Amino acid sequence: MAKATTNNNAKQATLPKAPTGIGGLDEITYGGLPRGRPTLVCGSAGCGKTLLAMEFLVRGAMQFGEPGVFVAFEETTDDLTQNVRSLGFDLDDLVRRKKLLIDHVRVEREEIEETGEYDLDGLFIRLGHAIDSVGAKRVVIDTAEVLFGGLSNQNILRSELRRLFRWLKDKGVTTIITGERGEGTLTRHGLEEYVSDCVIVLDHRVSEQLSTRRIRIVKYRGTTHGTNEYPFLIDEAGISVLPITSLGLTHRASEERVSTGIARLDEMLGGAGVYRGSSVLISGTAGTGKTSIAGTFADAACRRGERCLYFSFEESPSQILRNMRSIGLRLEPWVKKGLLQFHSTRPSAYGLEMHLATLHKQIKQFQPRVVIVDPITSFINVGNSAQAEEMLTRLIDFLKAEQITAVFTSLTRGGDAAESSQATVSSLIDTWLLVRDLEVGGERIRGLYVLKSRGMAHSNKVREFVLTDRGVALIDVEAPATPRSALAAAVRR
Amino acid sequence: MSRSRRTPRSLAEIRATDTPNVRRWELRLYVAGKTPKSIAAQDNLRRLCEEHLKDRYSIEVVDLIAHPHLAKGDEIVAIPTLIRKLPEPIRRVIGDLSNVERVLVGLHVRESLS
Repeated sequence: MAKATTNNNAKQATLPKAPTGIGGLDEITYGGLPRGRPTLVCGSAGCGKTLLAMEFLVRGAMQFGEPGVFVAFEETTDDLTQNVRSLGFDLDDLVRRKKLLIDHVRVEREEIEETGEYDLDGLFIRLGHAIDSVGAKRVVIDTAEVLFGGLSNQNILRSELRRLFRWLKDKGVTTIITGERGEGTLTRHGLEEYVSDCVIVLDHRVSEQLSTRRIRIVKYRGTTHGTNEYPFLIDEAGISVLPITSLGLTHRASEERVSTGIARLDEMLGGAGVYRGSSVLISGTAGTGKTSIAGTFADAACRRGERCLYFSFEESPSQILRNMRSIGLRLEPWVKKGLLQFHSTRPSAYGLEMHLATLHKQIKQFQPRVVIVDPITSFINVGNSAQAEEMLTRLIDFLKAEQITAVFTSLTRGGDAAESSQATVSSLIDTWLLVRDLEVGGERIRGLYVLKSRGMAHSNKVREFVLTDRGVALIDVEAPATPRSALAAAVRR
Repeated sequence: MSRSRRTPRSLAEIRATDTPNVRRWELRLYVAGKTPKSIAAQDNLRRLCEEHLKDRYSIEVVDLIAHPHLAKGDEIVAIPTLIRKLPEPIRRVIGDLSNVERVLVGLHVRESLS
């Protein structure tokens, strides 16, 4: 990952690229598709290849001043126009302004009798005419494999397709050719043999009833590219690829400190709170006040005038607001002011990748300085703990790169050792606060301590943590003011 | 577009003189330039028409190199493509038309004549 990033600059200049304008795709391709060359985009039915290809043309026409031609073998112009209207693409308008030309080519075998030698000059001429009439710089062929269904002479077809791709290259148009995924091969009819410059595979997987779309660059000749599978979303704004794994440990470490909103806690953290852009984990058993600490953190951010994005996976926004109100924390005004935004989703609503993708997208949109994920343990229920760790690593990498301070809460189950259940993520965390129940003299108190905090002298003391109707407060456990605190001190030993 | 010299009468004349129960054949052949394939297709087609459709056919040859915009109308992909415009329904045969049997089958000549 990190290596690819550093190599990037050196090699980028060697191959001209055509930006797709599709969010994230230009990042994982380090600039776009090979300019003036064909790219194969393949995947099974419904994976989004037609949409990706269309978005490439639409954005090319709208953002980069490059008109395009869409050769549709499968769908009619009307169908295509309808299908992408929901993504906010007005094809009719682009066609009217001569920025886009859609040519639906109908090939139906039952209507065609073949006798003797033929070639596909008709298609070449049609395409050439279409390219010339709008001055196209981009072409999509969706999907050439339909020809294999319509024409029976495979030898002619293969040599003609080879000629077509060479011809497109000679024309200097940046082309996307789509192909249907085959059994054990990238495309059913081996189109990958003809397209040697760039091959992208799209995938739509459903496991345990959760669906995830993924994109992978299988091959990109003459340039570095991200090699991982990246999740992508299709929504009202089109496709967005989430290049989260492409980040490495290259983020800048900030010297700036931000308050947790709890004065005594800031004091414990070297007297100044946590570093901006660091990640904070608050772990503890059920009912120990993790969400309250997170809420206080959110409140402090908004008081500083910073935007805060709160992802909740267990409670609805109104429930959080109500509960916070009960400890004197009024978050509604921040919501109204647009500084605080809640996103509540059931962890089981989608797979980890999709969760990550959604988080990523929301963060990109809202541009917060503080993000709260409450709780991260929900994700372990969705995937296994290795997957959850992988996802959190990517999330933390992303947040750090964006210099966003992150607060995660984590639920420790009663029987577990407090430190063990978070073993998977603890190494990624900069500041780890532990809240644990202490039973003292038939009374339950909450003890809070700083398990670790990177890059600062932090307190090793346990503080009693109390929720009052005026917020969260920390009390010295050592102070022999009350007998139960003295006992808590004893427990500590 | 060049009309074949072997169809001496115009379509209007055919309509005027032919008896209503004799079907007229209106064929259109799409080619791209003067390639061996396109020349072969034209020769093969004329021979076949003379033999099987004498005096009741017209052939229109469309060269797409000269008229590229005409490719879309008849959904032309392969070259040469022969289209039977009339009698309806439209039939299409692709290739150099070297196999007379296949062309006759493709155009449904026999069943249309019987």
